[in-house]
Amino acid sequence: MSTTAQTPVSGTPEPAPEVVRVTVPRRSLASELRAIRIVWRRDLIRFANDRIRIASSLVQPLLFLFVMGSGLQRLSSAGTHGVNLKTFIYPGVLCITVMFTAMFSAASIVWDREFGFMREMLVAPVGRSSIVIGKCLGGATVASSQGIIMILLAGLVHVPYDPLLILGIFGLQLLLAFSITAFGVMIAARMKQMQSFFGVMQMIVTPMFFISGALFPANGLPGWLTFLNRIDPMTYAVDPMRRLVFDHLSHVSPAARAALDSGVTWWGWRVPGLLEAAIVLLLGLLMLGIAIWEFSTSE
Amino acid sequence: MSVTEHSPVDGAPAIVVDGLVKHFGSIEAVRGVHFEVAAGEVFGFLGPNGAGKTTTINMLCTLAKPTAGTATVAGHDVVRERDDVRRNIGLVFQDPTLDNYLTAAQNLKLHAELYGVQSKLVAPRMHQVLTMVGLWDRKDSVVGTFSGGMRRRLEIARGLMHSPRVLFLDEPTIGLDPQTRRSIWGYIRELKAREQITIFMTTHYMDEAEWCDRIAIMDHGQIVALDSPEALKAGVGTDRVTIHTEDDEAAITALREHFGVQARRAEDAVLFGVAAGEEFVPRLFAELGVPIRAVSVSRPTLDDVFLSYTGSTIRDAEEDASKTRNRMMAQMMGGARR
Repeated sequence: MSTTAQTPVSGTPEPAPEVVRVTVPRRSLASELRAIRIVWRRDLIRFANDRIRIASSLVQPLLFLFVMGSGLQRLSSAGTHGVNLKTFIYPGVLCITVMFTAMFSAASIVWDREFGFMREMLVAPVGRSSIVIGKCLGGATVASSQGIIMILLAGLVHVPYDPLLILGIFGLQLLLAFSITAFGVMIAARMKQMQSFFGVMQMIVTPMFFISGALFPANGLPGWLTFLNRIDPMTYAVDPMRRLVFDHLSHVSPAARAALDSGVTWWGWRVPGLLEAAIVLLLGLLMLGIAIWEFSTSE
Repeated sequence: MSVTEHSPVDGAPAIVVDGLVKHFGSIEAVRGVHFEVAAGEVFGFLGPNGAGKTTTINMLCTLAKPTAGTATVAGHDVVRERDDVRRNIGLVFQDPTLDNYLTAAQNLKLHAELYGVQSKLVAPRMHQVLTMVGLWDRKDSVVGTFSGGMRRRLEIARGLMHSPRVLFLDEPTIGLDPQTRRSIWGYIRELKAREQITIFMTTHYMDEAEWCDRIAIMDHGQIVALDSPEALKAGVGTDRVTIHTEDDEAAITALREHFGVQARRAEDAVLFGVAAGEEFVPRLFAELGVPIRAVSVSRPTLDDVFLSYTGSTIRDAEEDASKTRNRMMAQMMGGARR
């Protein structure tokens, strides 16, 4: 297989420079991986160029953490048994940060369609699944990098910088970032306008985060709210992260732990953290599958 | 501007289209077109907006599935060997498809990665295509800062990144100023001279069609004429005679057999060209043998190329087509919701 060739050009007065001819190989696993990598990298390049987005997506969580956390601390000090409210809501706020960033990454699919770039990707000789996977990984990476900034802030809310804790939080938020991006891409697959995408997002994501227990303990809630909480996928990302944080806190009274971190239960059975993480992963994979199917069946 | 001037890639035609049909609901956007494009040819699709040019190009580019008929591009069937077709074609769409937040070089790099271009060839190839369209010194500028003409040039460069055997250009000069249009045509001709490539393009600018080796005139989803620009102009280079008769079929037969004139029907009239129209009319009345209700003779203009084959001016045809297009959009939107 010759990759470069001197092209004979007849009838041209000046000698033509050598034409670099390239050949496009048949589809293979390697070419699909290359496609996944470049779609992923595009998201990173665009995110890195967009400083305003990095800054703006941090404002909201900082408001939650420091303004709401400090403000409500005065009201709730009786109920938190000596634990700072900011420490308590820290895992939840981290999840919110990741969630919003992941949602924004998924939204870029709708932009790409509106501005035509989607077509460039869809006509390439690569599988649609590679494009969707690249997009989900890109969104997950971008959202996790936001999460890392939140992890760095842990000390300000009395969460220790324990390597195992950091690793655990990082893993969990990566999982959440992937699943939320997959969810966003699944929604975005059939959306033609940005407004409708954000409309749907508002309708689904806001309740998801309010119900998840990011800002309150998930036990002792009224029946209807307990039910909603248990079917909210976000719950299963917030809970193991909070458990991890409380495992690494020193001087936490059993009473405080019971009140703030009694965990998610199914009919009285406390759901193990690993199972919760698995739920998040499986839902993410399911939505990724649906997104791939949606893209493959559209012309 | 002959087809044989450049050695074809393998002697086989670059594009073979056989009875291609595309329906959107009850709208027949393309109604059975047949043609072949030789390797190395610059082939133009001329017609008003809504004539079915873009729909045909979309089928050839594997973006739309034909309702009926077959087509091969670079030797591969557009339905059964979709990926093989995609590996061998470059596309420049009517609407921009660049990432405006990336630089020119990043856009090309992304394209090369998606198409699996060998890593060591990406840089030299990028240098070549960007130099050709005069954007090498702007390669690190963000595309969002480019003018419309620069973006179109970059899209052409990108379409060439993977050395396609067939380059599809859908209205490459639409919405551009005359100077930019000329420079884009300069690149297309340079391209033809330098690379072993077949160029398939659509346009609705009459003057641009002249740059093509051959032109197919499309109207109402059908090809009404296909020839070199010279031959097409010669077809109306003579005077154009339009007659309304009692029996068009008989008139056409009589014209062929008695006068040796090739006539065709256009709506409810019979059209043909002859050297000296006014002098021909008296003979026509005397010798045709079919009652003639009306006759008109006109000297052709360039736009008459289209008129003579479709029976309407390109502007009229566009007004007509925009109605059809609105109906088509409605059908497609309805279909998407279903």
